[in-house]
Amino acid sequence: MTQQTTTRQSTGRRAGGAPAFRTSTKATSAQKRAPWILLAPFLALFLLTFVIPIISALFQSFTTVDREGLFGEDGVVGRFAGFDNYAIALQDSGFVASIGRMLLFGIVQVPVMIIACTILALLLESASARWPGFFRAIYFMPYGVPGVIATILWSFLYVPGLSPIVSLLQSMGLQPDFLGANSVLWSIANIVTWTYTGYNMLIIVAQLKSIPGEVYEAAKVDGANAFQVAWRIQIPLIAPALVLTTVFSIIGTLQLFAEPQILSTVAPAIDTEYTPNYAAYTNAFAFNEYGVASAQAVIIALAAFILSFTFLALTNRPPKDERDRRKRARRDGREARTALQTRAAAGSNGTSQAAPGLQARSGLQNGTKGADA
Amino acid sequence: MTSEAIEAPATAKTTVPVDTTSISAHQRRKLDRSPRSQIVVTGILVVVALYFIVPLYWVVIAATKTTGALFSTNGFWFGGEFALWSNLQQVFTYDGGIFVRWIANSILYSGVGAVLATYFAAAGGYALAKYDFRGRQFVFGTILGGVLVPGTATALPLFLLFSSMGLTDTYWSVLIPSLVSPFGLFLCRVYAAASVDTTLLEQARIDGAGELRIFHTVVLRQMTPALVTVFLFQVVGIWNNFFLPLIMLADQKLYPITLGLNNWRSQVDRLPEFYQLTTGGVLVSVIPLVIAIIVLQRFWRGGLTEGSVKG
Repeated sequence: MTQQTTTRQSTGRRAGGAPAFRTSTKATSAQKRAPWILLAPFLALFLLTFVIPIISALFQSFTTVDREGLFGEDGVVGRFAGFDNYAIALQDSGFVASIGRMLLFGIVQVPVMIIACTILALLLESASARWPGFFRAIYFMPYGVPGVIATILWSFLYVPGLSPIVSLLQSMGLQPDFLGANSVLWSIANIVTWTYTGYNMLIIVAQLKSIPGEVYEAAKVDGANAFQVAWRIQIPLIAPALVLTTVFSIIGTLQLFAEPQILSTVAPAIDTEYTPNYAAYTNAFAFNEYGVASAQAVIIALAAFILSFTFLALTNRPPKDERDRRKRARRDGREARTALQTRAAAGSNGTSQAAPGLQARSGLQNGTKGADA
Repeated sequence: MTSEAIEAPATAKTTVPVDTTSISAHQRRKLDRSPRSQIVVTGILVVVALYFIVPLYWVVIAATKTTGALFSTNGFWFGGEFALWSNLQQVFTYDGGIFVRWIANSILYSGVGAVLATYFAAAGGYALAKYDFRGRQFVFGTILGGVLVPGTATALPLFLLFSSMGLTDTYWSVLIPSLVSPFGLFLCRVYAAASVDTTLLEQARIDGAGELRIFHTVVLRQMTPALVTVFLFQVVGIWNNFFLPLIMLADQKLYPITLGLNNWRSQVDRLPEFYQLTTGGVLVSVIPLVIAIIVLQRFWRGGLTEGSVKG
């Protein structure tokens, strides 16, 4: 908004002290070329590693390969196959089951992890936490451990005979089976949670740290207890960070591959179509079914898009009282503005017109402005 | 509900105008502490910390044991012969020192990949933030779409593309995809829009500096905090990548450390000595990462706020 206007002004000026009233259309040719030169290396690589592969995946997914001769010895011919590959992919019960499995995984693991990291962040930032820096570092540590190595470590901790956890539970009279058909999905969820909780927590801690102290002071003056502060002040203000971490977690869930692939050697319940990605990998590299594998890759990407956008749309929808309030605010626009002007002197802003997505930010600005005043 | 939080500062200011600004967050913390809640909260934090430490603690213990002791003694404490040094020697010398080669490969992939990826993302992000040109929104929208595309969805077609170019099973096959970071460009754009001083660019132009020179001398310096964050993200991303090298590489000599260790681990069923190679190798590869993560923690904090607030 303001950004654009400033750039327009800046491009309007010429190197060498040309008049400042020039408009954007009169920018020097050097300034017109510059953004493209700066973007060129990124765009070239983006084209090579994103755009072309995605287009070729789409193309492949509509193509099937006929092998000539009994064993394909007379060469192969590609032909347009319509939605055949998609039909094959979606009729494959293993692939469909893997999508269902990932939905179940996502519905359980993503909320558990987001709630856990929110609680941890709130506890670390609460007045009652001792040595918050130390604990924060410990929780963040697993993020530095590659998923493959985390899986290797946990796989050793799941295997009976090797794992001290299993033997500990057995000595307590329990019969844990971390690698059974029903439990192994949650063993994978544990690995993912272990790796990423601290990372997500750090994002939320950063957001919490940006809440100005005055907001807490005010809450205390108003007699809010710790839970009210967390629920009514901190959580609404960290909402943007929570949305971001949730979207990335959803995308991460759909990509799950390394954990099940590595655990499959110790857990017979994991077949080669355990996750959608694993299924696509198997089709491509074990069966050379590139068309079907491409169709599956497209389905995975589409699912990631749809889930991410659905979640973003849901969270950007203002709550009902907020919508009513905005309607009223628009009607009383003039009154609100006058009220705002009078209150501006006292160092406060009316934010009733701010979009809920911006609530956190306007809230923060409010606080900082209050501090500056 | 948020309205209360937002109205609150004003109330505070009018009632106790002096105190609110003079009390720092730290002082407030101390005032609020009650001994009981402190014990409860810290207790919870300790229990959670144990969960995060257990696997790493286990591998430290396991790496000191012989294969026999690994199965016969308590996994949570030292037992049997102290075999750490001989285990490590095994790790470094097995198969002509291939472990060292894997580490070097990982450093090559993530070091070179992250440096160039950060540079390209900075140039692109700055161009999108500070120039007004036709197609700007389209380019940015397309790249933003790239952030949401799962990396593994492009890996398979990328393999087919690279294999038709004869690039598979070479260093390039892993390095080239590592040079692109749509998320890095997104962070750089947000940061450049907020922090690169337009008047400074103006001055440089008036002084007759070329656009590329302005980028290299003025802009990059101002963007340093974002560059560090993008670089670290990319290092971790490349270092941890498994799917891409798995499908691209067949030659063990080109493996990054993740693929190499997985290769060792997959042999434990047939050859139990691989337990020692794997645990020792995991220990050696994890220690520098964990130290780096803890030391560089603050850079994740700063940069992420920029992205998350906008997101």
